[in-house]
Amino acid sequence: MSGPSTYTPKNGFTKWMDSRLPILRLVNDSFVDYPTPRNLNYWWTFGAILSFMLVVQIVTGVVLAMNYVPTAAMAFDSVEFIRRDVNWGRIIQSAHAVGASMFFAAVYIHIFRGIYYGSYKAPREILWILGVVIFLLMMATGFLGYVLPWGQMSFWAATVITSFFSAIPLVGDGLVQLIRGGLSIDNATLTRFYSLHYLLPFMIVGVVGLHIWALHVPGNGNPAGVEVKDKKDVLPFHPYYTMKDLFALVVFLLPFAWFMFFAPDALGHPDNYIVADSQVTPLHIVPEWYFMPFYAILRAITFNIGIPFTDIVLINSKLGGVIAMFGAIIVLFFLPWLDSSKVRSGSFRPVFKGFYLLLVISFIGLGWLGSKPADGIYVILAQGFTAYYFGYFLIILPILGKIETTRPLPNSISESVLGPSATREPAAATMQGAE
Amino acid sequence: MTGKFPLIGALALVVGLFLPASALAYKHDFDAKRQDWSFAGVFGKYDPAQLQRGFQVFLQSCAACHGARLLAFRNLSQPGGPEFTEGQIKALAAEYMILDEEVEGGERAGIPADRWPSPFANALEAKQANSGALPPDFSVIAKARALPNTFPWWIVDYFTTYQEGGPDYIYNMLVNYADAPDGVEVDAGQFYNAFTGTNLAMPPPLFDGVVEYEGGAPATVDQYARDVSAFLMWVAEPGLTDRKQLGFKVILFLLLFAGLLYLVKRRIWRQVPH
Ligand code: HEC
Ligand code: HEM
Repeated sequence: MSGPSTYTPKNGFTKWMDSRLPILRLVNDSFVDYPTPRNLNYWWTFGAILSFMLVVQIVTGVVLAMNYVPTAAMAFDSVEFIRRDVNWGRIIQSAHAVGASMFFAAVYIHIFRGIYYGSYKAPREILWILGVVIFLLMMATGFLGYVLPWGQMSFWAATVITSFFSAIPLVGDGLVQLIRGGLSIDNATLTRFYSLHYLLPFMIVGVVGLHIWALHVPGNGNPAGVEVKDKKDVLPFHPYYTMKDLFALVVFLLPFAWFMFFAPDALGHPDNYIVADSQVTPLHIVPEWYFMPFYAILRAITFNIGIPFTDIVLINSKLGGVIAMFGAIIVLFFLPWLDSSKVRSGSFRPVFKGFYLLLVISFIGLGWLGSKPADGIYVILAQGFTAYYFGYFLIILPILGKIETTRPLPNSISESVLGPSATREPAAATMQGAE
Repeated sequence: MTGKFPLIGALALVVGLFLPASALAYKHDFDAKRQDWSFAGVFGKYDPAQLQRGFQVFLQSCAACHGARLLAFRNLSQPGGPEFTEGQIKALAAEYMILDEEVEGGERAGIPADRWPSPFANALEAKQANSGALPPDFSVIAKARALPNTFPWWIVDYFTTYQEGGPDYIYNMLVNYADAPDGVEVDAGQFYNAFTGTNLAMPPPLFDGVVEYEGGAPATVDQYARDVSAFLMWVAEPGLTDRKQLGFKVILFLLLFAGLLYLVKRRIWRQVPH
């Protein structure tokens, strides 16, 4: 709920600025006086955490780029050079590598927060769609970055993932050549991946700007899922949420620092410490953990889809896998219109809660299966989880909203905080430090 | 209030996975293969005496076949490593001839800033000398290997900061050369290893007594293997001791800072119901 600006410039300079470039007004209205629902819980701190992580990735990345050499001959050794011989290099390199994992951990929490609390529903559809765009850009950036150290996993992940595009009819092979800059993964691939890996984060910055703009027009949602009605429902962003976000951020930095300093390689794969070799295929080619759920969906499609009782194949298993994998993200774009429930927050939807829990389990299950060989029971499990994943969005959500009996909603945010009988003034608070 | 459900759920999940896992961890099969390393854990640091012994083993038993192109002689005298004296390293480097296009004759005696020279002129020559297999470079070998790991044990490893899969692998490989079991063919130039379960082109490099240690460390294959594995970990991660010590301070600061922020936040929020 952005509402009219409450900013009044106080001294000569700020008055002068305000009639020329009202940037102080923008900052004030967006991050100081910005009216924020008083009932946000800690799941709402991840947006701020993500903004911080984006800055961490860009700053550490820019410093790494000062010493990284994007050639097939030098890439691996230059990363080692950074680790060994550049001042603070080991810290900066592990901040960037571990940071990518932490960034994805935070974004998954952020997305699943949105799915639980119905954050994608009107009037926040554009906000949600921009989020999905950011997610796609993050995945692309993560993948491109993983190729840069030019280890075995870099090389073979690049080989596997670029070859997905060959499944596209007609243009596939040409497209793969264009992406690789040749027939196989080589120097040309590395240089173009490096260029794009440097570019995409700044595109993410741009889309995050839009994302926050689209947030500040309808205003934050909240765990109760009822919209802000009057002043009693909100608090100024500063100091209430600046301090809450900062506290959450520092807590988030604990596991980040833990991995960075004590186990910087725990989230990576040992094979990536072997220099890329086109002649030796690793035993298992596995992507980074944050791609595992989608990788499992890709490999779950082991069957051709054709016209029954004939030999005509419409979609072979390879193309089917690629469609399912991309479809798993594309379906998120339509989520605001797939969920038919009028009630926004999952807290008031008893049946929904169960289905939501199953979705989380399926997604984690897919993540686990992505790291397993694609045979036997693993394939069957992956197919089950994949079916549930799509079923949740395409069947359960459209129907459930029409038949579910939801719990009564509070009349307002302040009522949800104070209880229905409360007529107390906010200042006479007795609920001290409940968080 | 409405938000507590998923929070408690997530906590329960983490605790639920962690508790039974840690209770069972010590029973698990491959734990037997894990060794005690001085550089393991939050307070881990290298033991210079062990690294010096490991270097001795490397020099006498491995360096004829394995290079370490990222290791500089000067590293061997840096703090947090084997900590040889600068004089020792100067003398050591001078024993090697280094290819250098800029000097007359294309070769000169080594200096501490040089990198460890490769024992073979090129990969082809290395393969020819080793029944067709390339002895891998040692620069980061200790991070390029690991013991197999399965769910949910890796979650426990996150909490114990287990990062020693590489030295554990190398140690187990070195001490487990054995006669091949019935039914396994071993070609000429191949040697069966019970740990990898495969035939390796590397002959068993260690025997009791081949390296003479000064000081009291036992001259056994077990001790050699342990020392050289520790040394290879240092080669792969020379800054480990510093990194962990800094990390401890950072974590301590973050804990304190988080505690203070929590108090500030609670004080601010105390005024308003939420
Ligand atoms: C006679 C030459 C020779 C010597 C001496 C030698 N190695 Fe090797 N090493 C090899 C070859 C050849 C391979 C490749 C084996 C293969 O691929 O079958 C190898 C492979 C290895 C590997 C990788 C094994 C794997 O599973 O991937 C390690 C680790 C290793 N050696 C450690 C050592 C250590 C430690 C020493 C000294 C104690 C040593 N080597 C001495 C020739 C040698
Ligand atoms: C670089 C990555 C991202 C950054 C920096 C970011 C930032 C933010 C911030 C600061 C907020 C407000 C605070 C909060 O609600 O946590 C927010 C809200 C939101 N984000 Fe993101 N976000 C990112 C990615 C995503 C993704 C991938 C999605 C979904 C696919 C998404 C969906 C949403 C939604 C729906 C809201 C509104 C929640 C509400 O008000 O109830 N965001 N984001």
